Amino acid sequence: MTVELFVQYLFAGITYGAIYAIVAIGFNIIYNTTGIINFAQGEFVMLGGMISISLLPYLPLTLAIAVAVLVTMIFGALLEICFIRWLESPSVLRMIIITIGLSILTREAALHIWGESIRSLPYFVGNEITTVAIWGARISPQVLWVIGACGLMVLFLSLFFQTTSVGREMRACAANRKAAILCGINTRNMVTLSFVLSAGIGALAGCVMSPITSTEYSIGTGLAIKGFTVAILGGLGNSMAAVGAGLLLGILEAFSISVLPLAFKDAIAIAILLVILFVRPHGLFGSATAAGLKEF
Amino acid sequence: MKKLLPLAALVLIVVTVQIITEWTDTRFYLTQLTMSAYYALLIIGLCVVMGYAGQISLGHAGFFAIGGYLSAALTTHNLVAYQNSALIRMLDGLGVLVSGQDIYGDALIAVTPWAACAVAVVSAAVIAWILGIPVLKLKGHYLAMATLGFGIITYRIVLASEYFGEADGISEVPAFQLLPGLAVSGDFGAREENYYIAWGLLIIGMILLRNLIDSRVGRALRSIHGSEEAAASSGVDTARFKLQVFVLSAVFAAVAGVFLTHYNGGIGPSESGVMKSVRYVAIVAVGGMAHLWGAMIMGVILNFLSLRGVFGSYDDAVFGLILIVVMLFAPNGILSLNWRGYAYMIFRLATARKQSGGKTDGPA
Amino acid sequence: MKYRSIKFIIALLIASLVFIPTAAADTVKIGAILAVTGPASFLGGPEARTLEMLVEQTNAAGGINGKQVELIIKDSGGNPEKAISFAKQLIEEEQVVAVLGPSTSGETMKIKKIFEQAQTPLISCAAAEVIVNPVAQYVFKTPQKDSYAAQKIFQTMKDKGISKIAVLAGNTGFGKAGKAQLLKIAPTMGIEVVEAEVYDKKSKDLSAVIAKIKANKDVQAVVNWSIVPAQAIVAKNMRQAGWDVPLFQSHGFGNIKYVEAAGAAAEGIIFPAGRLLVADMLPDGHPQKALLTEYIQAYEGKYQEAASTFGGHAYDAYIIATAAIEKAGTDKAKIRDAIEQIKDLPGTGGIFSFSAEDHNGLDIDSFEMITVKGGKFVPYGNALAAPQNVKIQ
Repeated sequence: MTVELFVQYLFAGITYGAIYAIVAIGFNIIYNTTGIINFAQGEFVMLGGMISISLLPYLPLTLAIAVAVLVTMIFGALLEICFIRWLESPSVLRMIIITIGLSILTREAALHIWGESIRSLPYFVGNEITTVAIWGARISPQVLWVIGACGLMVLFLSLFFQTTSVGREMRACAANRKAAILCGINTRNMVTLSFVLSAGIGALAGCVMSPITSTEYSIGTGLAIKGFTVAILGGLGNSMAAVGAGLLLGILEAFSISVLPLAFKDAIAIAILLVILFVRPHGLFGSATAAGLKEF
Repeated sequence: MKKLLPLAALVLIVVTVQIITEWTDTRFYLTQLTMSAYYALLIIGLCVVMGYAGQISLGHAGFFAIGGYLSAALTTHNLVAYQNSALIRMLDGLGVLVSGQDIYGDALIAVTPWAACAVAVVSAAVIAWILGIPVLKLKGHYLAMATLGFGIITYRIVLASEYFGEADGISEVPAFQLLPGLAVSGDFGAREENYYIAWGLLIIGMILLRNLIDSRVGRALRSIHGSEEAAASSGVDTARFKLQVFVLSAVFAAVAGVFLTHYNGGIGPSESGVMKSVRYVAIVAVGGMAHLWGAMIMGVILNFLSLRGVFGSYDDAVFGLILIVVMLFAPNGILSLNWRGYAYMIFRLATARKQSGGKTDGPA
Repeated sequence: MKYRSIKFIIALLIASLVFIPTAAADTVKIGAILAVTGPASFLGGPEARTLEMLVEQTNAAGGINGKQVELIIKDSGGNPEKAISFAKQLIEEEQVVAVLGPSTSGETMKIKKIFEQAQTPLISCAAAEVIVNPVAQYVFKTPQKDSYAAQKIFQTMKDKGISKIAVLAGNTGFGKAGKAQLLKIAPTMGIEVVEAEVYDKKSKDLSAVIAKIKANKDVQAVVNWSIVPAQAIVAKNMRQAGWDVPLFQSHGFGNIKYVEAAGAAAEGIIFPAGRLLVADMLPDGHPQKALLTEYIQAYEGKYQEAASTFGGHAYDAYIIATAAIEKAGTDKAKIRDAIEQIKDLPGTGGIFSFSAEDHNGLDIDSFEMITVKGGKFVPYGNALAAPQNVKIQ
C-alpha cells in the first residue's frame, strides 16, 4: 500500500470515526445523567441538518446553523419535559421503547414535512470539487471541518464537565443520583440539560457533515445504530472512550475495504464488536464494576 | 381445567372467525390473519425470553430470516448442474430431493420443503445455541447491543450474498406439502386450510409455552427475572435455563419464518432488518412483557392492521405513537389496564354529567 | 385476566369484520402498490404524486369511457411481505381491474405469481429485466431495459476509446440487476471490468472505496449503477480525490435532485435516460415532445418540485393501463390483451409497442445519452436525433 493510499484511507476512517464519536458522546451524556440510552439521538443529527437547510434561503450560513442548533436544543428539551421528566423511576426497557417510539415519530414527521428528497448544506469552503492535498492524498476541505468541529466539541464538553459548576453538578448526578439530590442538586433539571446538550452537539454535527453526507429524513436510524455500537465498544458513559472507539471503528471500516468486498463492511465491523464484547463484556475502556452497578 | 379454558376459547374464536368470513363473503380477511398468526408465533417465543427470562433480544428478525431464507434458498436453487455429483446422488438416495419443472418448463432439482424446513430450523437452533453461550452472559445495554449486532450481521449477509438473492430476495418458493392434500401455499384456493395451519401452529405454540411457564423451568425463569443472583445462589442453573429458552424462541422464530416464506412464496431482506426486530420487541412490551396472551393478541392485531395498510403512509408513525402512549400510560402492557374500571369510570362520568347537567343547565 | 383478554379479541375481530367494502358500480378501480415511505421512497414518492395528479386530470376530463377512475394507492414501504398482502387485498377485496407498481424489482418478483394466478394485469414501475424475461402473461413493466442502458454506455465508451473500467453498484435490486448486465455485456463489446464493488444504499461517504479503485491505474472510466442518493456521493468523492476519469451513471440518475446534491462534481457525468430530462430540447414534432412538456409543466406546477424519470415510469404505467381500459372495458383478460396490442404509444420513457413476447415495449432508441452541463441535463455529443423510426410489427 502506498503512503498516498494509506493517508487516503486514514482520512476516510477519521471522518467516519469523528461522526460516530459525536453521536456516541450524545448517547453518553444522556446515559450518564439518566442511565438510559436515547435512541432518538440520530434524529437530533437529522433535525440539525434539515432545519439549517430549510433556513438557508433566509439566513446566512452561520446564522442558519446557529438557529438550527438552537431549535434542535429546544426540541430536545421538549422531548424530555413532555415524555420523560414526569415518569416515576421508569424501568430501563420502558425508556428504551419510549425513545425508540420518539425516534420513529420524529423520522416520520420529518418525512411528511420535508419529503423524501435529499438535501445538503453548501460546502463551507469551496465547492464539491475543491480538494486539498495532504501527504499526497487529496481530500475535501469539508473533511477538515468535520474533524475540527468534532474535536472542538469534545474539548468544549470536557472543559464544561471539568470546570463549570453546572458541569460538575451533572457529573455528580451521573456518579450517584441520590447523593446528588441530597446535596441540593436539582437532578430533574440536570436531566433536561443533558437532553439539551446532546441535542445541540448532535445538531451541530448534522450541520457540519451535511455537505459531505447529504441529509434526508431517514439518516437518523443508521447513525443511532453506529453511535450505539461505538458507545458500547468504548464502554457506556465514558465520552473519551467513545472518541477512541469511534476513531477505531471508522479506521477499521476504511481499511477493511482494501481487503474485503465493501458489501460486507458493516458485518465485519459488528462481528469484531461482538468478539470484543465476549472477551470484555463491558466495552474496551469500561470498567466491570461500573457496568455491574448499572441496572437494566 | 382453568388452564384449558382460554385455549379452548381461542380455538372457538378461530373457527368462528372463519365461519363468519365464509358467511359474510369476506374470506380475504383470512390472508392477513394467516400472516399475522405467523408473526405472532415469533412474538410469543420472544415474549418468554423477554418477559420470563428477562433477557432482551434485538435480533429476533435474524432467526426469522435464517428460517425463511434457508428454506427458500434450498427449495428454489436448482441443483440440475450438480446432478451427477456424489453428494447430490446421496441426497437423492435419502429422498430429500425433488425433481420437476419450473414454471418455464426447465428441469428442476431442489431440496424438498420438509428437508429444507428441518435444515432451516436446526440451523437457527444451533446458531442460537452458539450465540447464546457468550451473549447471554452480557447484561443490560450490552446484551441489547450484542443481539442487535447479530441481527445486523444476518441482514448484511443476506443483502450481500448472491445465494440469498441480494436486494431482491428469493421469489417463486414452492408450496410446502405438509400432508397429502394439505400444503402451505398462498394460492387463493388454499386460503382456509392455510388459515387453520397458521392458527393451529400458533395454538400449539401457546400450549407449549404455557406448559413451559407452569413447569419447573418456568419457576426457575421467573426467579431469574426477579433476581439472577438470588436464583443462582439457591441452586438454579441460570445460564442453562436462559440458554434453553433463547434457543426455543429462535426455533419459534425460524418455524414462523419457514412457514410464512412458503405461504408468501418468497422472502426479502426487509424481513431481517433491524426495524423488524425492534418492532417485535415493541409488540411484546405493548402486550405486557410477561404476558403471553397479551403478546399474542397484540402481535396479531398490530400485524393485521399493518398488513392491511390501514394507516397508509402513516403506518410507522402510528406504530411509534402506540409505543409511546402505551409505555407512558400502561407500562405493564395494554391488557394490564383495568378495562372494567375504566368502563365503570366512563359510565360514572357520563351519568354524573347528565345529572349535574340537569342542574346547571336550568339557570343558564 | 384471561377472560378479559378474550373478550378484547372478540370485540376487535367483530369490529374489523363490520367494515366491508362496497364497490361503486360506475367507477373504474385501479390499484397501485408503491414504496411511498421507507428506503425506496425516492421512487415511490414521485410515482404516487404522479398517479394522483393523472387521476385528477382524467376525472376532470370525464373519466374513461364516461366512468370515473378510482385509484387505490397502497404504501408498501418497500417491504415484499406488505406488497404480497396488498396485492391480494387489491385483487380480491377491491376488485381492481389492474395494478400499477410496485416501485422495486424485489417486490415485483414476489407478487408476479399472484397476478398470474388471479389473471389481473400488473404494470410494474421497477427496472429489472427478470420481471418481463421470461414473459409472464399478466406482468408488464415500463422502465427501459437495463441491457439497453448498458449497451448505450459501452457504445459511448468505445467512441471515447475507453476499454478498462471500474463498476460500482448500490445494493438495491436496481444496482444488482444493472451490475449483472454490465458484467455480462462488457466482454461482448470489448470492454474489461477491472474493479467491481457494491456499496450500501444508505452510504454517506465512499471516499475509501474510491481510493481503492483509484489505486488501480488501469481504470479509464467508472460506471456507477444505482438509484439511490449515494450516486451523488460517488461523484463528489471521485472529484474530491482529485480523480478526473469520466464517470458514467445509469438511468437511475434521472433526477435533477441528484445533480444538485453533487453540485460541481456532477459536471460531465454521462448517462443514458429517457427523453423526459431533455424534453425542452427535443425537435418540434417529436412524438414525445408534447406529452413530456405537458407532464413536466403539470407536475412541477402542482408539486413545486422537478419532474423525474421515476415519476415518469408511473406516468407510463398509467397511460398504458388507461389506454387498454378505454379499448377493452373493465374485463381483466381483455385489458391484458389490449395492452399487448398497444403500438406506437408515446410515453415518458419512450414509444411503447407491446407484443406477446415483449412486455416492456421499448427499444434501445428510447434511451438518449445525456450529460450534465452547468447544473443542467443536456444531450451528450450530437444533437438529438430526429423523430425515430418507430418499430412496426
